[in-house]
Amino acid sequence: MSKEELLKKRYRAEKRFKFYGLTSVILAILFVLFLVNVIFSKGKGAFSRTTISVEVDFNTEKLEIKNNPTNEEIQDTDFYDLSIESLLNVYKTKGLKEEKDLIRIFSPDYEFEIKNFIIENKGFLNKTTIIELTASDDIDQLNKGNYPRHLPEERRRISDFQLLIYDKLVEDNKIQKTFNTFLFTNGDSRDPELAGVGGSLLGSFFTIIVTLLLSFPIAILASIYLEEFAPKNRITDFIEININNLAAVPSIVFGLLGLGILLGTFDFPRSTPLVAGITLALMTLPRIIIPCRASLKAVPPSIREGALAVGASKVQSVTHHVVPLAIPGTLSGTIIGLAQALGETAPLILIGMVAFVVDLPSSPVDPSASLPVQVYLWSEQAERGFVEKTSATIMILLTFLITMNAFAVYLRQKFERRWS
Amino acid sequence: MNLAILLLVVLFSTSCFFFGRKKIIKITSENKIRPNALPDYYGYYLALWCAIPAVLILALWTVFEPTIIKAIIINNLSSNNLSELNPDELNLVYQQIIALYAGNFTGTITEEIRLGAENYKSFLSIAEGSKIVILISFLMFTTLYAYKKLISNNKAREEVEKIVKAVLFTCSLVAILTTIGIIFSLLFESIKFFTTINIFDFLFGTSWSPQRAFVRDASTITPEEYNELKDAFGSVPLFAGTAFIAFIAMIVAVPIGLFSGIYLAEYASKKVRKYSKPIIEILAGIPTVVYGFFAALTVGPFFREFGERFGLEVSSESALAAGLVMGVMIIPYISSLSDDVINAVPQSLRDGSYAVGATKSETIKKVVIPAALPGIVGSVLLAVSRAIGETMIVVMAAGLAARLTINPLESTTTITTQIVMILIGDQEFDSPKTQSAFALGLTLFFATLILNYIALRFVKKYREKYE
Repeated sequence: MSKEELLKKRYRAEKRFKFYGLTSVILAILFVLFLVNVIFSKGKGAFSRTTISVEVDFNTEKLEIKNNPTNEEIQDTDFYDLSIESLLNVYKTKGLKEEKDLIRIFSPDYEFEIKNFIIENKGFLNKTTIIELTASDDIDQLNKGNYPRHLPEERRRISDFQLLIYDKLVEDNKIQKTFNTFLFTNGDSRDPELAGVGGSLLGSFFTIIVTLLLSFPIAILASIYLEEFAPKNRITDFIEININNLAAVPSIVFGLLGLGILLGTFDFPRSTPLVAGITLALMTLPRIIIPCRASLKAVPPSIREGALAVGASKVQSVTHHVVPLAIPGTLSGTIIGLAQALGETAPLILIGMVAFVVDLPSSPVDPSASLPVQVYLWSEQAERGFVEKTSATIMILLTFLITMNAFAVYLRQKFERRWS
Repeated sequence: MNLAILLLVVLFSTSCFFFGRKKIIKITSENKIRPNALPDYYGYYLALWCAIPAVLILALWTVFEPTIIKAIIINNLSSNNLSELNPDELNLVYQQIIALYAGNFTGTITEEIRLGAENYKSFLSIAEGSKIVILISFLMFTTLYAYKKLISNNKAREEVEKIVKAVLFTCSLVAILTTIGIIFSLLFESIKFFTTINIFDFLFGTSWSPQRAFVRDASTITPEEYNELKDAFGSVPLFAGTAFIAFIAMIVAVPIGLFSGIYLAEYASKKVRKYSKPIIEILAGIPTVVYGFFAALTVGPFFREFGERFGLEVSSESALAAGLVMGVMIIPYISSLSDDVINAVPQSLRDGSYAVGATKSETIKKVVIPAALPGIVGSVLLAVSRAIGETMIVVMAAGLAARLTINPLESTTTITTQIVMILIGDQEFDSPKTQSAFALGLTLFFATLILNYIALRFVKKYREKYE
């Protein structure tokens, strides 16, 4: 092989190598885009809700209530007959089967929706008005174009008759799409069109508050000790080894810890944000200590020596000078640690946060779900509507995580001092 | 109630601060002496002595009160006419008593339960009363002690600094306590498990099906029954499945992660680096449950359809789908760690290589990577440890049936999947099935511990080399 050929070969190898590197970077970026695209294209549908216009005649005689009822009186009244009558007026039906089909295009909560409407708008008593009632999951999916209506009738859940009603309703402009407030206000439900992340949002909120309250002070105090005061001896070494190892212990092991100690030995209340918060605090503690120590270490020794030189004690030099300078770094480390805790699922499953909870929690000791656990729970459901609900939950979760991380980066860039 | 007490303690110690500060100024100016520290320190001294013991007592009391009351009630129950009940049944009665007390009891109220609930109520009020009495007397005692010291004009700054250091030290002990807690909780249940199942049968058995396990007192199991039982708890298929999926993940993650790490460290312009590095690191910030959803919903079905087109039978919960997605998750760990270690290789090594005429890629391959190798190996090992401990992806995308296979298109199961599947929902605490999850957890804990230890040693050694 001549010299020129050899050189060409080497240059080709050079180009190939660079190409591999570039491809890898592009591949990794493509993965991110693909993942985000899949989630967003699947999830955006969950933010709208399909409603059907129904004419309701609030006749007080038929309802057997007084003309000026209180809220409780309306609450105690039976609206079932009125509801059914109004629903059946939507389309002409023959026979029981067709009536059932017609009623099934509505979400099963129609009676409460009508009742709540009249409680909020008492002026419509004795009047006939048009109410937007939530459509059932299947109609919702059909309206969003996700339902395979070309399948033969026996292979889909919507009957031909229901399709007929649907097409007629669309023709009459009686089907609307509105913003889905249920998604944010409702708790979990077996019916996808009624299920919301309200409960798990609150659950996650309480959990993160407990985690923050426990892990942040302990982490910052521990890192101050290790970085500033700890003598170089066996105990210190042992603590450091422990912290480094704990930071890499799989999260599920912390779930076992929570199950065995918190629930098993101390009888803490199951499925609650309190236990979840403690478990996650133990998990995030080492992950916060490590960046906290790094930002304490970044404060140059001259600051400490300057303080000591004018007569401050060691504790004074640390609390008055070193720690204030390290605060932005410790805060951003804490926020990143909390963001990780917010997305953690496995330990929460083990401490029983997978219970089906309809009610919204009002304190950290009420049973509840959390956002990532909700994703897991809904992903196990078979209904088509839960797929978009799951994706929407992921979108909400990612929004929180991105906001937290962006805030951490902002804190660092804005307030952290560079010393070199 | 606890919150109110806590608030009172905080209020009291705040007023102690102001009181102490005022007092020392008054005393020293009356006696015309200099205080031994700034007045603030006397305030802190008094306040700390007031608050810390009180908060400690409150915390310990809150944690241990339910356990102690439970022990007393159960003791009462078993010393009464219910002595023939076993611990599980006693526990059930206790739960019923609590439910009756809380007012959400359903079912028939028996005499014991009614009595128990009354007892429970009286114990609660006794506990509450004694808590407040003990707390206040302790608080008074410690505050008085500190006050006595204060009026003798003690060296308050040194005292306060001693307390501060003690608090800091205690906080750093939490890490050790957590480790002890983990080991204790895992060992405790695992030992119970290993008294039923021989540890070697667990580690080397090749059949795993815990749903077949029957619940029985360990001492009454006959040899035939034991044979059946040990077939339910042979964990080799789980180890194999875990290793297999982690292996697939590493096949994806190591080349992509390593090459992108090299590209970003050596080739990329500042601008490319600035934008692409955070984007790749997004992959590390996405919760694993999202990857699991992605694997189960998109990647798994895609492989199945793709395989069907070629006449291959692909399980929709294939090891391939789980491993691939896990690999994507791990890319940023490898890329950013290897980026760091490659950046730490001194420029002089590269310059020397360029000087003798090597191209950039030759320099990287022959000089930079060998120099950075310990760090790279360390980062790969850390990634492996993350892969075997990863839970949600495999729970959602890998299978449940334990089988020994090396076909990536079939479904396999992992240690973490089985732990979740055993412990999800309600579980009886004293069955070998539940205990086996803790035994698996213990194995997982030690496996990752060893991997991390080796990895950290590698990284540390490497750092020492160039610092």
